[in-house]
Amino acid sequence: MAVKDYIRKRFFPHIWCPGCGHGIVLNNLLRAIEKLKLKKNEIVMTSGIGCSSRISGYVDFHTLHTIHGRALCFATGVKMNRPELKLIVPMGDGDALAIGGNHFIHAARRNIDITAIIMNNRIYGMTGGQFSPLSGYGTKGTTAPFMNIDHGFDVVELSKAAGATFVARTSTYHVKQMVDILADAIDHKGFSVVEIMSQCPTYFGRKNKLGGATDMMTFYKDHTTPVGSKEKKANPELIERGIFVHEDLPEYCNEYDKVIEMAKASLK
Amino acid sequence: MKKNIKFIQGNEVCVEAALYAGLDFFAGYPITPSTEISEHLSKRLPEKGGKFLQMEDEIASLCAIIGASLTGCKVLTATSGPGFSLMQEALGYAIMAEIPCVIVNVQRGGPSTGNPTHVSQGDVNQARWGTHGDHAIIVLTASNHQDLFNITVDAFNLAETYRTPVILLFDEVIGHMREKLVMPEKGEIELVDRLRTSLGEGIDYHPYLPREDGRLPMSDFGGVHRYNVTGLFHDMWGFPSDNPQVVHGLIRHLVDKIENNVHQIARFKEFFMEDARTVLVSYGAAARSALHITKNRRARGERVGLLELQSLWPFPSHIVREKCASAQKVIVVEMNVGQILKEVKNAVDNPEKVFLANRVDGELITPTDIKSIMRLIHGKGV
Repeated sequence: MAVKDYIRKRFFPHIWCPGCGHGIVLNNLLRAIEKLKLKKNEIVMTSGIGCSSRISGYVDFHTLHTIHGRALCFATGVKMNRPELKLIVPMGDGDALAIGGNHFIHAARRNIDITAIIMNNRIYGMTGGQFSPLSGYGTKGTTAPFMNIDHGFDVVELSKAAGATFVARTSTYHVKQMVDILADAIDHKGFSVVEIMSQCPTYFGRKNKLGGATDMMTFYKDHTTPVGSKEKKANPELIERGIFVHEDLPEYCNEYDKVIEMAKASLK
Repeated sequence: MKKNIKFIQGNEVCVEAALYAGLDFFAGYPITPSTEISEHLSKRLPEKGGKFLQMEDEIASLCAIIGASLTGCKVLTATSGPGFSLMQEALGYAIMAEIPCVIVNVQRGGPSTGNPTHVSQGDVNQARWGTHGDHAIIVLTASNHQDLFNITVDAFNLAETYRTPVILLFDEVIGHMREKLVMPEKGEIELVDRLRTSLGEGIDYHPYLPREDGRLPMSDFGGVHRYNVTGLFHDMWGFPSDNPQVVHGLIRHLVDKIENNVHQIARFKEFFMEDARTVLVSYGAAARSALHITKNRRARGERVGLLELQSLWPFPSHIVREKCASAQKVIVVEMNVGQILKEVKNAVDNPEKVFLANRVDGELITPTDIKSIMRLIHGKGV
């Protein structure tokens, strides 16, 4: 199946701004799904609210466009009852880690087989450029006109600490890596987190004088390094990308099957 | 045949009834005075192959059961005031996306943390208008264990019939009280199952296109039909739309499918109403005290009757108007500052004949309380 067969063509062109990284994520997510040879009926995409969350409208899967920050909770309800389906939950940085932060850490802790994609553009785009929990100290946004004094989360460290069994980071510049990582994440049996650094030239770029989309993508090229590389030691400012955690631990739906067995045995 | 008689808590009755109705999935968060519902279901659901989830909060709980309902499950969550406040956004989502689910609120006093282990009926209007935007909602209640069983089964049936969330507003004293329950036999109460589309794979399915009778057949999410579900205004495929005609049509549909069926949804009981000059209108635990004093006054030859409401929303105005038409005095007995009082005043021919008998101190309103208030209303003093 070709990538274009996975989309709902009538909704294109998409709503994202020129230069936005989210279209690149959509493209490579579909390539990852194609690589895994998944059927459209096998995939449920659940999303919340924000620029990132509009991705669910464009794909020809079972799509559940929910409320801000709660997509993982809806996905949990679906997954528990249809464990054979692949649950993919694209979220923005504010959606996943501000309003949805509690749900994020608890879904990770349960190790339920859901793929969380955090499309990190470091800003609330849909509402016009307010700072997010991933904007970082010293940045600017429409609600931080002087300087943002909030420190950002490190998505990878947060996910590891919360118990995710697959944790990776890449960027919209590294598209081949993105396809491979997304395919591995979707294939992983357990809670998987993929942070994708995705440029928002319209708001984050403009407010922070980072140039246009190509400048921001060039930044990803020049300021990232493969996980565990020597360059990171020489230059600690570099952002590592790649797979940080990939381990097999008991998955939540499987664990609940054990509870059912024990409950039924208790009746005998 | 020997009857299956139990002596159990109201919260347990709710569990038994939900299982009787075919409950498959529950998600909840511990909160007094509803926690026993979670505790019992954490055992009972896996015993039948169902699933119980304890989520990180009440928001997550309602969202999880909405997701589960979409896959074809009968679903429930249970909470109390503070948790019910947290659920309001997801409640609106379930209304908008037309997803059957049942939400129990075993009420406590409020606002805020309030009075967790005490009785109150303060959430009546929150259940009606807690979530934002124009909408309609079905809210049911009960005053004793047998009725609580029946009304809980009813809630599941109405949720399926109208593709909507249904709220069960129970009272702390009912939830925690132990009383006799005669377990209905299988088949004794009719169950409404999910109306599923008969369309096969490859045929264009419209999740939001009502049939001629107004009902919307569903297709289990993750099955053969791929469609979109959203909290945005949407067209018959479930795709977002801001077309004024679509928006207007959907609002009218969401409100009318419930408000226009108020006659079918209305549930009530009446006691000594045939010649009543004084009509008590009550519901939930307050109706127990109201019934007691009604019988007590009847024994003394006073023409007192009781109209017990079991459906609070859509408010059964037609029933209240008809039943109170020949009453000289109507006394609304409730444990709040007059939330149903206003509805009764709006429903009757003369609002000046409507009075409030209430208590808002966390204690159950007693028959003596009602008697004293009745005496005052009749100008007899206490």
